[in-house]
Amino acid sequence: MSLTEWLAMLEALEKGFAGNNLVSFYYLSRSLLVKSENFYDQYDLAFRDFFTGLEVPEELFDELLKWLSEETLKRYRDSVDLSSLPQHDWETLQKMFEERLKEQKERHNGGGRWIGTGGTSPFGHSGVHPGGIRVGGESNNLSAVKIATARKFRQYRKDVTLDVRQMKVALKKLRYLRRTGNLMELDIDESIDQTCKNAGEIELVYHPERKNDVKMLLLMDAGGSMLPYAQLVNRLFSASNSVNHFKKFRYYYFHNCIYDNLNAGMEFGERVSTAQLLKNLNNSYKVVIVGDASMASYELFMENGIIDYYERNETAGIVWLERIANHFRNIVWLNPNPPRYWQHPTVSAIADLFPMYQLSLEGLESAMVELTRKAS
Amino acid sequence: MQKFEQYCGTGNYIASRALQNDVNVAIALGRPLLIKGEPGTGKTLLASSIAEGLGTELLVWTIKSTTKAQDGLYIYDTVQRLNDSRFGDHDISDIKHYIKHGKLGQAFTSSKRVVLLIDEIDKADIEFPNDLLTELDEMKFYIPETAETISALHRPVIIITSNAEKELPDAFLRRCVFHYIQFPDAAFMNDIVKVHFPNLEEKMMKEAASAFFSLRELDNLRKKPSTSELIDWIKVLVASGTRSKDIVRQLPFLGALLKNEQDYHQVANGETEIKSMRRPSFLR
Repeated sequence: MSLTEWLAMLEALEKGFAGNNLVSFYYLSRSLLVKSENFYDQYDLAFRDFFTGLEVPEELFDELLKWLSEETLKRYRDSVDLSSLPQHDWETLQKMFEERLKEQKERHNGGGRWIGTGGTSPFGHSGVHPGGIRVGGESNNLSAVKIATARKFRQYRKDVTLDVRQMKVALKKLRYLRRTGNLMELDIDESIDQTCKNAGEIELVYHPERKNDVKMLLLMDAGGSMLPYAQLVNRLFSASNSVNHFKKFRYYYFHNCIYDNLNAGMEFGERVSTAQLLKNLNNSYKVVIVGDASMASYELFMENGIIDYYERNETAGIVWLERIANHFRNIVWLNPNPPRYWQHPTVSAIADLFPMYQLSLEGLESAMVELTRKAS
Repeated sequence: MQKFEQYCGTGNYIASRALQNDVNVAIALGRPLLIKGEPGTGKTLLASSIAEGLGTELLVWTIKSTTKAQDGLYIYDTVQRLNDSRFGDHDISDIKHYIKHGKLGQAFTSSKRVVLLIDEIDKADIEFPNDLLTELDEMKFYIPETAETISALHRPVIIITSNAEKELPDAFLRRCVFHYIQFPDAAFMNDIVKVHFPNLEEKMMKEAASAFFSLRELDNLRKKPSTSELIDWIKVLVASGTRSKDIVRQLPFLGALLKNEQDYHQVANGETEIKSMRRPSFLR
C-alpha cells in the first residue's frame, strides 16, 4: 500500500462515501487499498480481527430506526406520555435488542410479539418479521464482519493452490525474455512515419528483432512419494505443454532421483541417456525440475543407490544432479511440499544445488523470475 | 458534494452490492475502475451497463497486443498529409486537420461526460499501462505537433478490464479502484439468468443450473463454463424446445458450455463421472 492509496482513502472517507456504514466501509477500503484478488483473503482476515465485536449490524440499525420512528408516531397518536417510558442509551438498546432477538430465536415463531408488543417496548411495533434480521448466511445483506468471516476469497490466495490457467499465466512470464534479440530489422511503419515527418527525406528506422527462443526442459519425478501430487504436476505439464511460446519444449520423467537414464513417459519404457541429453541440449534451455526431493540418503549419495531393483547406477544421483546444475544457466527445482519439510537431508542437499521453490503460485512466480535472470 | 450513489445496476445487468459500491467510489473519486474476474463474468458488459445507468455514451477502446498508448490519444496522419501536399487540393498548412483523436482523446473532448471502456488492458505490452499514467491522472495530454494541450472537459468514467494475463505495474494499480468480480453463487446466478430470460420455466432453470454447477465442480476440467456460457446454453435449450427433464440426463448441446476439446469428450463420453449431479443448496 502506498501514500497515494491512503490519501485516496482519506478523501473518500471525508466525502462520506462510507456512509457511516461498515459494509460500505468494507467495500470502500477494499477497492481502494487492495489491488489484487490474491490479497482479498488477507484483507478479510485483518478486517475480521479488527472489527469483530465493534460492529453494529447494519440491518439492526436500519430496521430499528424505522421501527422507532413508526412507534414514535404511533405514540403521538395514542397520546402516550413519552417521558414516562424507560430511556436507554444506544448500547443498552442494542444489547437488549440482541438479547431479545436471541430469546426469540430460541422460542421459535415467537413471531412479531417479542419485538414490538406495542405500547411500551423500546423495540418498536409488531408486524416486523424478525426473520428480517438474518443471522445465517444466505442473505446478500450480510454484515461486514460476516462478509469478512465468510472468507470467500480464500481460494485466490497465491500461496495455496494452482490451476492450469494460473500456471500458464506464470509461465508466460518467460515470454518477455524473447524480445531481447540483438539483431536489427527495418521498422517499415516507423520509417514511413519519420520520412513523412521529414517532408519526404528518406529516414530509416531500425528496431531490435523479436526473437522467440525460449526453450524449456521439464523433468518430473514420477516416484511413489509424488503420487499425491500427480494432479498438480499433471497441471504444470499441461500448462507448459499448451503455452505456445516455447521454441522447444522437452520433458522427461525420473524416479525419485536422476541417474544415468531418464524416461520419456510416465510409465517406464522408452529411455534416454542423461549424458546424451546434456550433450544435445545447450545451456540456454530453461530447466524446471519437479520433485519432492526426499528419498533415502543412499538413493542420492551412493553408487547403485537407485531404488529400482533391476537398475544399476555407476554414478551417484548427486553427481548427476551436479552435472545438470552446472550445465544449464537457468534452472529451478519446484517442490510440491511446503518449505517446512525441507529440513530433510536429501532435500537440503538438493536445495544447495538448485534454487528451490514451492510448487504454488507464489513459488512458481519466483521460479520464473529466477529462470529469466541473466547469468552474471 | 456530488451525489454518491449514482450507479445501482440496470435492468439487463445485475451488479452485486460490492460492485455497485466500487463503481460509485470510482465515479466519485474520478479514478479509473479496474475490473478483474474469471472470463465470462460480465466485465465488459459492466461498462455498457454503467453508461446506460448514467445515461451517457459509451466509448470502447479494445486493446490488442499491438496497441500503443499513443493510439488512444491521437494519431498524426502524416501519410495523408504527404499525399495531400502532392496534389495541392487541401490546406496542408494546418496540422490540426491531420490530428485524429483516439478513444481517450475523444473521451476528453466530448461535450458531456462519457464512459470509456479500456477493454483487456493486459493484452498490450507490459509497459502499456505505465504509458497512460499521466494521462489518466491529470486527464490531459499534450500534442507537440500543434502545441496544443487537450484536457478533459468532463472527467470521463474510465472502466478498465483485465484477464490477468499479465501483471499490471504497481504505479498503475495505485491509481485505480480495484474490483474483482467473484463468480456468482447459485442464488445470484438465478437472478442473473432471470434478467436474461424473464419468462423461463422454473423447472428448466433449476435443471440447467444444477447441471451447470455440477460441471463447474469437476476438478479436471481445463476450462470451466462461465456465466455467459450458461446464458448461451439456456438460449439454445429454449430455442430447441428441450424438455426440462432431459437436461441433466442427456446434457444436450454440451458444446455451448465446454469449449475445450478434451473437456468435451471427457464429459460427453461419460469418462468423468458427474458426481450425483448435486443440486445447489438453494434448490434443494
